[in-house]
Amino acid sequence: MRSISDSRIGLPRIPLGSRFQLLLLACSFALAAYAGVRLLADDWFGVVLWIVGAALLHDLVLLPLYAAADRALLAAAGAAGRRERAGYMRVPAALSLLLLVVWFPLISGMTADRYRSATGMSADGFLPRWLLITAVLFGGSALLLAVSVLRQRRAAKRRPPAVH
Amino acid sequence: MGRAADSGRVRAYRRSMRDISRLPTSPRFWRSPVRGRRFTSVLGLVLLVGVTVLFVTGLLSYAAYNPGLAPVNDKTPDKGLLGFYLFSWPTDPHWLYRLTQGVHVTLGITLIPVLLAKLWSVVPRLFALPPVRSVVHGLERVSLLLLVGGGLFEFVTGVLNVQLDYLFPGSFYPLHFYGAWVFFAAFLVHAALKTPIALRNLRAMKDGEEADGQGELTAPDPAPPTFSRRGALWFVGGGSALLFATTAGRSFDGLRHTALLAPHGGAEPGSGPNGFQINKTAAHAGIRAADTDAEAWRLTVTGRTGTVRLRRGDLEQLALHSAELPIACVEGWSTSDQRWRGVRLRDLAQLVGHDDGDPPDLHVESLQRQGAFRHAALSSRQVADPRSLLALYVNGARLSPDHGYPARIIVPAAPGVLNTKWVARLTFGRL
Repeated sequence: MRSISDSRIGLPRIPLGSRFQLLLLACSFALAAYAGVRLLADDWFGVVLWIVGAALLHDLVLLPLYAAADRALLAAAGAAGRRERAGYMRVPAALSLLLLVVWFPLISGMTADRYRSATGMSADGFLPRWLLITAVLFGGSALLLAVSVLRQRRAAKRRPPAVH
Repeated sequence: MGRAADSGRVRAYRRSMRDISRLPTSPRFWRSPVRGRRFTSVLGLVLLVGVTVLFVTGLLSYAAYNPGLAPVNDKTPDKGLLGFYLFSWPTDPHWLYRLTQGVHVTLGITLIPVLLAKLWSVVPRLFALPPVRSVVHGLERVSLLLLVGGGLFEFVTGVLNVQLDYLFPGSFYPLHFYGAWVFFAAFLVHAALKTPIALRNLRAMKDGEEADGQGELTAPDPAPPTFSRRGALWFVGGGSALLFATTAGRSFDGLRHTALLAPHGGAEPGSGPNGFQINKTAAHAGIRAADTDAEAWRLTVTGRTGTVRLRRGDLEQLALHSAELPIACVEGWSTSDQRWRGVRLRDLAQLVGHDDGDPPDLHVESLQRQGAFRHAALSSRQVADPRSLLALYVNGARLSPDHGYPARIIVPAAPGVLNTKWVARLTFGRL
């Protein structure tokens, strides 16, 4: 590692970093720029908005939102003294949300008309099917929870009471 | 210095530490015990392989359109050097595009949870201080913006396009193609810098070492665990499995009903010989019954010796051949092989003077008045294949209007949109 070491200038010294990595990055930027001018040829503002917006929206809105929702869920489960059972709620909820986010245009029906016109099939089935999958996910999770509670109880019965 | 002053300073310091730990710039802000080098390394290596496959199959999809053949096939004509790899798309095996594009779209959808988990696992880095440690580090962060923004852009445009939701700013083809190159440029440098680290972490994991102890990504003050790290990986894998299970069936007629949430999943649009999946219906394409009835419709075939005009009845009198071929769409869905019956394209070429064993290219025009693929070009290699037909029948029945009646093109291994429906004009020759 080398650094720009002319301290006489009096600016804060920012080291250069690895020359090899600098070369790699330069190659990468050259390729990205070559494709980028073509990507931006039509509607540069819209595309920049989408790319930068996607990164910012994900990192600064979506991620904090689902992290906060998860914390709230954990806190609620903790308050009920059931923190270790929060997974039975958050796993089906997360999977259901994942499906909703990925297939939102079809599930919400926002492209239903175009879908029907283009493919000759109705888009009405997507919402009920998503709800059904969600029900199965939560139902399955509830079943697993019931089994685990039953097992714990049976194990507790077999064990002699713990001495405190 | 007095002891009292010291303890006051310590209290103030502790208070300020508490305040700092409320900010995401503090490592203590991030408390999930799941984060760590190993979690990120496993996800990173999955994406290394997965994204590479996505990129290669995406490039193949562009090649499958034979963009070099004619401007009508090329949605990104100003590609320049980015088309360096293009080649004449083969007709064998006949399921080639069905495979490559099915993998492209289904794998992309399956990788979404891995991508989200990977971004979640490294998000503390976004806020790490100092923001720039060196010139190279600063440039790397700019590159990461292209990596994350470009990656999300590719996944979002792809997922929207397969659902026919054209929200994005422009035509899908140039956005997804050039966007892929921008993303891949950043991906390459990221992979070059991080793969050795990820492999080292995994080796350490295999040897049973505690690789996470001193890692930057590990929470210094973790919350009590609710999930083991292994459990978190299973969770991500479960999300991928769920998306895969509700998507993959749309590439097979027998399994389509298992693709519960994916477009072209669920039930078939109809029953009987013409009941299989439709890309664009006749009504959607603006085809009127009056244009296709026996009186009105003529096929115009032009070649070396001039032009002939044929009714559907004339075509039925020519030598008819069968071919079992799928419909495979750029949107990732496909049908199983359908039994098509019609006139070989090379026989039609012969009819207009191309009978010297040197097959010509072909320009196909549809009755469709609008739509990006109302006309298309086929290569001499595609024309020469004995399975390339101007189909009149499918699965033993007359073509339905939605499948291209009176006549449609069907070519082995070609993307669906090159199998032009409601054909009106064929022009053989060098393109």
